[in-house]
Amino acid sequence: MRAALWLAGVTSLALANSAIAADTIKIGFVSTFSGPTAVIGNDMRNSFELALDHMGRKMGGKPVEVIYEDDQQKPDVGKQKTEKLIQSDKVDFIAGYIWSNVLLASLKTAVDAQTFLISANAGPSQLAGELCSPYVFSTSWQNDQTPQAVGLYMNQKGVKSVFLIGPNYAAGKDMLAGVKSTFKGQVLGEEYTVWPSQLDFSAELSKARASKAESIFVFYPGAAGVQFLNQYTQAGLKQQIPLYTAFTIDELSLPLQKENALGVPGAQEWVNDLPNEQNKRFVADYRKKYTGLRPTFYGAQSYDAAQLINSAVEAVKADTSKKDAMKAEMEKANFKSVRGPFKFGNNHIPIQNFYLQDVVKDADGQLSLKTVATIVKDDQDRYHDKCPMK
Amino acid sequence: MLLIVEQFLNGLQFGLLLFLLAAGLTLVFGIMDFVNLAHGSLYMMGAYFAASFVAWTGNFIFGIVLALGATLLLGILLEFVALRHLYGRDHLDHVLATFGLILFFNDAVRLIWGPAGLALPLPAWLTVPIAIMPGIYYPAYRLAIIAVALAVALILYLVVMRTRVGMLIRAGASNREMIGALGINIKLLYTLVFGLGAALAGLAGLMQAPILTVQIGMGENILILAFVIIVIGGIGSIRGAFLAAIFVGMIDTLGRAFLPDLLRQVLSSSAASTAAPALSSMLIYLLMAIVLVARPEGLFPANRS
Repeated sequence: MRAALWLAGVTSLALANSAIAADTIKIGFVSTFSGPTAVIGNDMRNSFELALDHMGRKMGGKPVEVIYEDDQQKPDVGKQKTEKLIQSDKVDFIAGYIWSNVLLASLKTAVDAQTFLISANAGPSQLAGELCSPYVFSTSWQNDQTPQAVGLYMNQKGVKSVFLIGPNYAAGKDMLAGVKSTFKGQVLGEEYTVWPSQLDFSAELSKARASKAESIFVFYPGAAGVQFLNQYTQAGLKQQIPLYTAFTIDELSLPLQKENALGVPGAQEWVNDLPNEQNKRFVADYRKKYTGLRPTFYGAQSYDAAQLINSAVEAVKADTSKKDAMKAEMEKANFKSVRGPFKFGNNHIPIQNFYLQDVVKDADGQLSLKTVATIVKDDQDRYHDKCPMK
Repeated sequence: MLLIVEQFLNGLQFGLLLFLLAAGLTLVFGIMDFVNLAHGSLYMMGAYFAASFVAWTGNFIFGIVLALGATLLLGILLEFVALRHLYGRDHLDHVLATFGLILFFNDAVRLIWGPAGLALPLPAWLTVPIAIMPGIYYPAYRLAIIAVALAVALILYLVVMRTRVGMLIRAGASNREMIGALGINIKLLYTLVFGLGAALAGLAGLMQAPILTVQIGMGENILILAFVIIVIGGIGSIRGAFLAAIFVGMIDTLGRAFLPDLLRQVLSSSAASTAAPALSSMLIYLLMAIVLVARPEGLFPANRS
């Protein structure tokens, strides 16, 4: 009798489980939630959650279940977590990915399993070129694009020479290559630092000064950007050699960079003050839901990733087995991006504007980022013709 | 030429900072025979204390003095509550317990200060570059680190070589059982040494904080370098730690500064810029391997009979 009851309990539990599995849209989200760069992962999660709130936490009429996994900023861990999400959780979509090296390590797992992967940040050149896949979309950019915009801006300013500094990993190399591809002046030096362990840039700064370059370009995401700006200012270089940046100053690093960041320009595809309705709602509701915090471009891209997934699920009325239909729908980019104009190229990387942003004091006396100008309109990455998809 | 001088200063500054961290580690390891992986956590706590106290008091100097005191007390408390129960045990037990402490401190910091990290802003008089030679500007704060670390090294030398406490510490490093047998309160000596080591780690952390950010896990990368230094310098030897730290600081900085250009002479530019950071971060480990082969006791072993 007891055994029968037990058995009944188990079967009903199993039934309940399978019922849940069929009735939810499952999304895996891989990002960094521990260590010094966890603040980035938190911002992405906050924005993704906010997007779900805005959708009533349902896609195509079905409730959404998101499983967040921590990649610890390590490619091997990211790959494991991706495998776990796809093979044992059987997610319908997988999104997130801050780091290019983590994404590159995880990519094959998703593509082989024909699970849609939406990169909400990382944009290695391989992803836009030879490794492009029908199952992979990006709601960010290809790494080279943002520094390319910085290079164009430096040309506009009439800068004659530059010294480049960046971290020695996939994204760092793309970033410096990006500036070099558009900057018309001389490149007087190029330094790569050990990533992510090297935190002291004194040797590189001394070389930049000795090179007599007119400007310095850096790419240092996360805490490294704070450290770089500290050391750049302390070395007295702020008065000597103007700095141009990509992904070095954002709403997460700004409270720590403070005055050091004033007047340091950067390029970005999204700025918090972009004047479209969707963005106003995103920024206002984010600041309401998470008091004391401000959304970053990482968050904006994650918000768009949720919207992209939603558009696909709505189009197939939550029948996620219709992969071709979902792919066709996503290629249309049929959603209102928080960055305004947004469409996909043949390689599923966005074609979009890049803006010049500057650090200013806002109305409440806080430092914030502001759009100054549009550097380039409808920019497409320079690897798209290497992608076999047409 | 100017670049070389500047890079030497960079190397010296980095080396001296490493010395502060390694000195505490070598004291604890050499004298108490205790492997303390949580030394990096004390470094982190020093930085967090400094950021909080400086913000609280509004005065940089006052804040860091308070932070030093707090790290000293924390070290003594840690020794009293947790570590003294582990002295007789195997090194593996030390490693396990102090690894647990790293996790404890990281999560404690996350709870108290939040995951985002803190900034420790410098007062205006430390942010200006100083002309040390015509045409060479060096950040005032990095010069201050060099001065403070040299002063601490001198004081440590005087304390260890010229005072009674120092004599006991040296005796403890040479023969632990004997000084216990001679009626010295070895427990108190150990607590004192551990507290001193903690304060040195805290000093290194809070001096590094304005250059870097104050963040969770900041002590873990740098602790590996500190271990390399005490192995090269000879375990338990302050003099060894000092020279090895400067050595490692120089090799690391000069390697990063000049290796890429040297490699570009023989390799293509892009291959050189990829290989150089990897190679320069390997140099210190190569040095350690060579020292271990040639002189397993370290370059300047503490006097053991």
